[in-house]
Amino acid sequence: MNFQVNKQGYYGRFGGAYIPEMLYPNIEDLRERYLAIMNEPEFQKEFQELLQHYVGRPTPLYRAKRLSEKYNATIFLKREDLCHTGAHKINNTIGQILLAKRLGKQKIIAETGAGQHGVATATVCALMGMECIVYMGQLDMDRQRPNVERMRILGTTVVPAMSGNKTLKDATNEAMRHWINHPTDTHYIIGSVVGPHPYPDMVARFQSVISMEIRNQLQTEVGNPYPDYIIACVGGGSNAAGAFYHYLQEEHVALVGVEAAGKGVDSGESAATTALGKPGVLHGSKTLLMQTPDGQVIEPYSISAGLDYPGIGPLHAHLFDVGRVQFVSATDDEAMEAGIELSRLEGIIPAIETAHAIAALSKFEFTPDDIVVINLSGRGDKDLETYIRWGKY
Amino acid sequence: MENRITHLFKVKQQQVLSVFFTAGFPEKTDTASIAQALEAAGVDLIEIGIPFSDPIADGPTIQESNKIALDGGMTVALLLQQVADIRPTITMPIVLMGYLNPVMQYGVEKFLREAARAGVDGLILPDLPLAEYLQEYKALTEELNLSVSFLIAPTTSEERIREIDAVSTGFIYAVSSSSTTGAKAEFSPDQQAYFKRLHAMKLNHPCLIGFGISNAKTWQQANAFAAGAIVGSSFIAQLKKDKSPAAIKQFVQTLTTP
Ligand SMILES: Cc1ncc(COP(=O)(O)O)c(C=O)c1O
Repeated sequence: MNFQVNKQGYYGRFGGAYIPEMLYPNIEDLRERYLAIMNEPEFQKEFQELLQHYVGRPTPLYRAKRLSEKYNATIFLKREDLCHTGAHKINNTIGQILLAKRLGKQKIIAETGAGQHGVATATVCALMGMECIVYMGQLDMDRQRPNVERMRILGTTVVPAMSGNKTLKDATNEAMRHWINHPTDTHYIIGSVVGPHPYPDMVARFQSVISMEIRNQLQTEVGNPYPDYIIACVGGGSNAAGAFYHYLQEEHVALVGVEAAGKGVDSGESAATTALGKPGVLHGSKTLLMQTPDGQVIEPYSISAGLDYPGIGPLHAHLFDVGRVQFVSATDDEAMEAGIELSRLEGIIPAIETAHAIAALSKFEFTPDDIVVINLSGRGDKDLETYIRWGKY
Repeated sequence: MENRITHLFKVKQQQVLSVFFTAGFPEKTDTASIAQALEAAGVDLIEIGIPFSDPIADGPTIQESNKIALDGGMTVALLLQQVADIRPTITMPIVLMGYLNPVMQYGVEKFLREAARAGVDGLILPDLPLAEYLQEYKALTEELNLSVSFLIAPTTSEERIREIDAVSTGFIYAVSSSSTTGAKAEFSPDQQAYFKRLHAMKLNHPCLIGFGISNAKTWQQANAFAAGAIVGSSFIAQLKKDKSPAAIKQFVQTLTTP
């Protein structure tokens, strides 16, 4: 099966570019040029050098012995938490800032939920000497305080999004409005595999370095590039897309996406999009979307700011549709417990987004030979306050 | 029957005033009285906004009206019912304008058929891609005699303006500036140059200029180069202050009197 985006920007029945005309010239320019720019040898050289010397790639693939024992499997952790700035998000922002320069843009905007994408964007803007504005929901600014200050230290203006639930969806709305108002000098660095075509494809390509490395590293570690499972948390789906990318065609590798169930899938306070969503259009693409029967977007809920989004990227909606990826969910409590567990067993405090992926381990029956790769998308520094408030450690 | 929008532009090519307001704002039951007051005030065309939770092309004023309308219980089904009730009481064209998602959930075909039956004359769906319109909407909107207007913006290329002109029916919605909706005191020389450029293209369809029309000055500047203009945010702000027919009449008079 083919999982690449088609010429019109669709993955199966999902994707496309549903945007008001004011954004059309920007999106069209990007669509026409992104692949050519990304394929330029000069671009690739700069991108690879920055990934290596600035981000710190390749990130380790770490064999987690005590976790493996606990779950009766052979578990590897892909250490995206060791990337500069503490999450996978910077793979994408490095790529997009290099692209933005080649598009002739001088200013950058971004949305952020957990603040990891905001920090990663602020970081590359500092690196390139570009002006940067990041929109962040007011609620998220409160629960991810350290990241707000990190962005400010880096010289970025953080603008609170005050509408809706004041979380990631609302920050994305504000960023899009800003772009409508500043179409010519500004590039919008979207932080996940969401948004109008070509963003989902572009972000997935930038993140695909994760699965490229997993292949090489597993080859060295176990003698072949194929794990039995790859598990990743899904907010918009960028770390999952990166971890799955080079395995999509290998149907014998089970791919597992973990969504945030919040207080329970059916509690009314959840962000489990594949369980609760229906096809709809938000933020420029047709995808699975949590919404009322009248087509109003439902405010999602998760303890983790980075998974607190009512949709998923159209690639994931398609992968769900055709059954290539199995989606499961983890509640707030399951994720917090898994975060503590990883801390105690392996000495790694994960981001709460990432902890959802760890929590999925208990939902499978493994055998000791099963090779399981968990994409450790980020570290928990930003979440200390949430861990402290949760308290059970 | 001839489409009322087509007819309007046959008999009037200048100073066409279209007023936008959000369905169910400030109160769920206000849609009819506002429409009637606008016709009595001499407005040529109304655009009724279908409220949506995430109106990304709108500034704070219209965002707020969407939220209030939704909180008050406004729905697509109720709006179609209201239009059916209003239709016999006014003669001017009625356009529904809204984001795609509520229409998709209602069901595209069901929505189009019921809108036509209720007496809607035209649609503006700003996030509907042209390609999807051609594939999934065009045949049916033609069959139902519904006109469909598309937006153009200052950054829209000439080639694309021609493409949009070729597939539009009714009028073209010329967005005045690279911005979200919201009132402006006057138009800049750049904006006026853009209006002039549009005018010189001699498009097949009349242009109405929208976004930023708020007073006699912007109304006149728009009319210098287009068939008319669309006022939205500043009318919503008016409704928030005073929604009485007298106030609405005064608002229209102030706008159109030099
Ligand atoms: C550490 C971490 N993991 C995962 C996510 C979720 O995003 P995505 O699904 O795009 O990987 C975030 C988002 O903020 C994050 O910070």
